[in-house]
Amino acid sequence: MKTVGEINQRIKEGNVCVVTASEMKELVSELGAEKAAKEVDVVTTGTFGAMCSSGVFMNFGHSDPPIRMQRVWLNDVEAYTGIAAVDAYLGVTQLSEKSGEYGGAHVIEELVSGKEVSLKAISKGTDCYPRKEIISEVALDDLNQAVMLNPRNAYQRYNAATNSSNQILQTYMGTLLPHFGNVTFAGCGEISPLNNDPEYRTIGVGTRIFLCGAKGYVIGEGTQHCPPYGTLMVRGNLKEMKPEFMKAAVFPGYGVTMYVGIGIPIPVLNTEIAKATAIRDEEIWTKIIDFGVPRRQRPTIKKVNYAELKSGKVEINGEEVRVSSLSSLYIAGKIMKELEKQIKSGEFFLTAPVERLSGECVFRPMRQEEVKFVKSVMAQAITIEPETLIEEASRIMIEKSINHLPVVKEGRLVGIITSWDVAKAVAMKKAGGVAEIMTRKVITTMPDEPVEVAARKMEKHNISALPVVDAKNRIVGMVTSEDLSRLLAR
Amino acid sequence: MLQLKFDPKAVKKPIISLATIETSTLLNIIRASVGPREGELVVEVEDGKAERVADILRSYGVDVHSMEEAVEKDEERCVHCGLCISICPVEAIGFSKERKVVIDTSRCIHCGSCVTVCPTKALKLP
Repeated sequence: MKTVGEINQRIKEGNVCVVTASEMKELVSELGAEKAAKEVDVVTTGTFGAMCSSGVFMNFGHSDPPIRMQRVWLNDVEAYTGIAAVDAYLGVTQLSEKSGEYGGAHVIEELVSGKEVSLKAISKGTDCYPRKEIISEVALDDLNQAVMLNPRNAYQRYNAATNSSNQILQTYMGTLLPHFGNVTFAGCGEISPLNNDPEYRTIGVGTRIFLCGAKGYVIGEGTQHCPPYGTLMVRGNLKEMKPEFMKAAVFPGYGVTMYVGIGIPIPVLNTEIAKATAIRDEEIWTKIIDFGVPRRQRPTIKKVNYAELKSGKVEINGEEVRVSSLSSLYIAGKIMKELEKQIKSGEFFLTAPVERLSGECVFRPMRQEEVKFVKSVMAQAITIEPETLIEEASRIMIEKSINHLPVVKEGRLVGIITSWDVAKAVAMKKAGGVAEIMTRKVITTMPDEPVEVAARKMEKHNISALPVVDAKNRIVGMVTSEDLSRLLAR
Repeated sequence: MLQLKFDPKAVKKPIISLATIETSTLLNIIRASVGPREGELVVEVEDGKAERVADILRSYGVDVHSMEEAVEKDEERCVHCGLCISICPVEAIGFSKERKVVIDTSRCIHCGSCVTVCPTKALKLP
């Protein structure tokens, strides 16, 4: 019905009809897809969210005498230098060696804001590149090239997160409160680029896009592309980007990432494409998954659509749970408007893809050795009862040369004492039953938990042993950090 | 609203009860975190009596701050994602019509939960 060439001609003549994805939905329901396709030439879509798989290729230019940078740091954040002498790739999630709250994303944001950053590079020195160290300051203008190249951006949809466990979890999906205390989700739903072109008819290799304020390009499907959880690999010139369309971010306990703004124009070439751009949040489904289970296969709590997620509340197990977004609908909306303005004013022309994105899912699990479970390393537990005297407990510890004694009542775990608790009791001249000195809130593991998960629990709680219990809190064994380090050292 | 901070000495005394008796004023505890060595409370007091209550509390060695201002948002850094919304225990944060994050400052209890979770560090307590 229409070609990209014809649309570009209208852009040149100044009579192109551009609407945002939000407006298009109204238009199609009002006029029908056929009529809307005739009237509208371009639909602008937008998304603004945390996109960890992002970074910048830089070329620093050569110093005198020249250096082959083997390692380079920008504001103490290391960039990858396994490429040519003064090329490097700075990833947004790379952490500063001085602070856990500063990383690659912050360096990139500072450069885009016009600030200087410190540069330090070292090398072993070669005949052609004799210099061994350089310390300098660089601004964006000093770089020969600064190209943002993001392997995985603009997720079409994304699993929402919640937490069934009894502890606060700090994740890349934000802070998740215990006992299904909240739900977080990512993605902009019905205004997000790929949802408006789910067959990838117009978004493909070579599609010109809006990337953080600059003109950029889609260079292929992103890593882990798995329709309808499609992703894009994109590039754009960092020197043309604007700070208002990117933002460095920190997820406490997890690390640094960057909010990236992407806008993609969809040429309405025919009725089918118009129909696709009319998609509503109610039709875009995803899953809420439970981060309380720290495994690759996290259980699905329920299916939800983006309308429910955006409403701010969902129901889980009969209770209303509050929902937060990680993406910004406000800035995504601003991007759609900005792109609309640029097309209307003749600053932005559309491109037809030179190759289509794959409709296939390529997202296999990692090839790895068999997962090792707690049951293969746990030892038999020696237990005591709440009435056991402290003195008796200390005798058992010495006799069996162990440091932890789980306390059991009627077969169920009710507490734990350590050799440190006993030493403290002696120092404070406490006698009597161990119930007095035991820790009642016991951190436990289960036989079918992977050893890495058990090790993480010990590290997080700064403890050196975990009682192994079954679903009914009956003790079935004991695992210590010694058991684990023996296993992991092998 | 008063924010009270206790040192190891003050934390051992039944200070809220003492202040209630001595000023004949009801103190509504909004938030409490009391450990063996220090404590922090947020209490609501009738406006007219806040000064007197604060004086009494200070005489027991409590560090008292009046909480007239709510959490502050840096509009340059806020990206309006809304991650803070579901974390706020008193539902003081929400979206405006145009989907911008707005804070109902009169509801804020200075807990700092939103400050911790804000990914762009746009929030701070005064």
